[in-house]
Amino acid sequence: MSNPQQLRYSKEHEWVSAAEDGVATVGITEYAANALGDVVYAQLPEVGDTVTAGETCGELESTKSVSDLYAPVSGEVTEINEDVVNDPSLVNSAPFEGGWLFKVRVTEEPAELLSADEYAAFSGN
Amino acid sequence: MSNALRKTALDALHRTLGATMTDFAGWDMPLRYGSERDEHNAVRTRAGLFDLSHMGEITVTGPDAANLLDYALVGDIGAVAVGRARYTMICREDGGILDDLIVYRLAEQEYMIVANASNAQVVLDAVTERAAGFDAAVRDDRDAYALIAVQGPESPGILKSLTDADLDGLKYYAGLPGTVAGVPALIARTGYTGEDGFELFVAPEHAEKLWQALTEAGAPAGLVPCGLSCRDTLRLEAGMPLYGHELSTSLTPFDAGLGRVVKFDKTSNDGDFVGRAALLEAAERAEKNPPRKLVGLIAEGRRVPRAGYAVVAEGTVIGEVTSGAPSPTLGKPIAIAYVDPAHAAPGTPGVGVDIRGSHEPYEVVALPFYKRQK
Repeated sequence: MSNPQQLRYSKEHEWVSAAEDGVATVGITEYAANALGDVVYAQLPEVGDTVTAGETCGELESTKSVSDLYAPVSGEVTEINEDVVNDPSLVNSAPFEGGWLFKVRVTEEPAELLSADEYAAFSGN
Repeated sequence: MSNALRKTALDALHRTLGATMTDFAGWDMPLRYGSERDEHNAVRTRAGLFDLSHMGEITVTGPDAANLLDYALVGDIGAVAVGRARYTMICREDGGILDDLIVYRLAEQEYMIVANASNAQVVLDAVTERAAGFDAAVRDDRDAYALIAVQGPESPGILKSLTDADLDGLKYYAGLPGTVAGVPALIARTGYTGEDGFELFVAPEHAEKLWQALTEAGAPAGLVPCGLSCRDTLRLEAGMPLYGHELSTSLTPFDAGLGRVVKFDKTSNDGDFVGRAALLEAAERAEKNPPRKLVGLIAEGRRVPRAGYAVVAEGTVIGEVTSGAPSPTLGKPIAIAYVDPAHAAPGTPGVGVDIRGSHEPYEVVALPFYKRQK
């Protein structure tokens, strides 16, 4: 399993891209997707919502469980991935690409986000 | 405590196959190999291969074997013909369910009890204790067997290619000794998926050989290895109870809608069996004052009900979810729940499930959700 080098990672297993024009993309890691199993329902924040780093902003349902989705950064949600809403299995098949969850105009990025290597050590993957 | 988990004879194989493992009743078992939804669908449409070696086998032999089981269990076990199996339960003196079981009559004086992994020790202890005064021996055979199941519509064809045993003559809930892929096996036509299928009890040292043979023989038909995750959604769709969810020591078989497994008219032991008096009362109580009923619930939305969630109607709690999951076959979340009789009829309007604070609408249906076409 390889975690893309250009992303930053939270200890809640979300990834966040480097902001372009202030807007970053958020998703969950392949490690998290594998741990969840088949994702069947994604409840995402709404466009315009303000999310706060480290706080819940949605949930992901899989066959066996429901897991809270944590915002890795603070800011305003500018877009959600409608493809994932319609087909949550994208989170499993392409967690770092087509399975992204939402985009956020970043107001604060916590200092404790991990690099790909640090996250690999943290998650054991 | 993962180092304390028990491993099955197929453990190395599961790891080679890349299984995600889980602690199930103290056993390190495959949860899934890939997508649990794909595994589920394979069993519904083709075939799936399961390692169920965590299940607990107990052998009872001797001249009084039948009488002992008539006394220790609630069913009429003496009436089971050699080569047939029976779904039954073991209860406490107060009628509470200790476990649900399948009992195979292997010979006139030999039975094999298959208990849930989580209850195997409890069942072994209870049957052993209840054997006092009977001319019968109770043997712990948990380590004597690996259990491999092949389930799904393609399973008879797959198994036929590996055995000379008369599978066409083997009815549902029957078992016969035979040879599969050169390995001695007890071949049982049983399962927990709602599909046709077989459970093969073999010596642990033969498990890998049998698994590989089934994998190869099943490949053209689309057989895939399956984990416990899809086993749970398969049994849920089939409306089959799971101990610890629909069944517990605080319920009698009559509370679980399974009073039919209790046989009061047994002739052995002067009709006496453990729990008889309490179960007679429970039957009467259920008749006069119907308890909460096990029903099916189908979601109108996409949020998944989980065990322990409240079932509600007009803001009042009317029941509790015992099992819930997204149903691959129905494409919607489903649940089994105990609900008050007033709201238990299929189509009862206004029923919902409290999903973490929001009341989501659900349709009440009769169980099962899925029944295979024969």
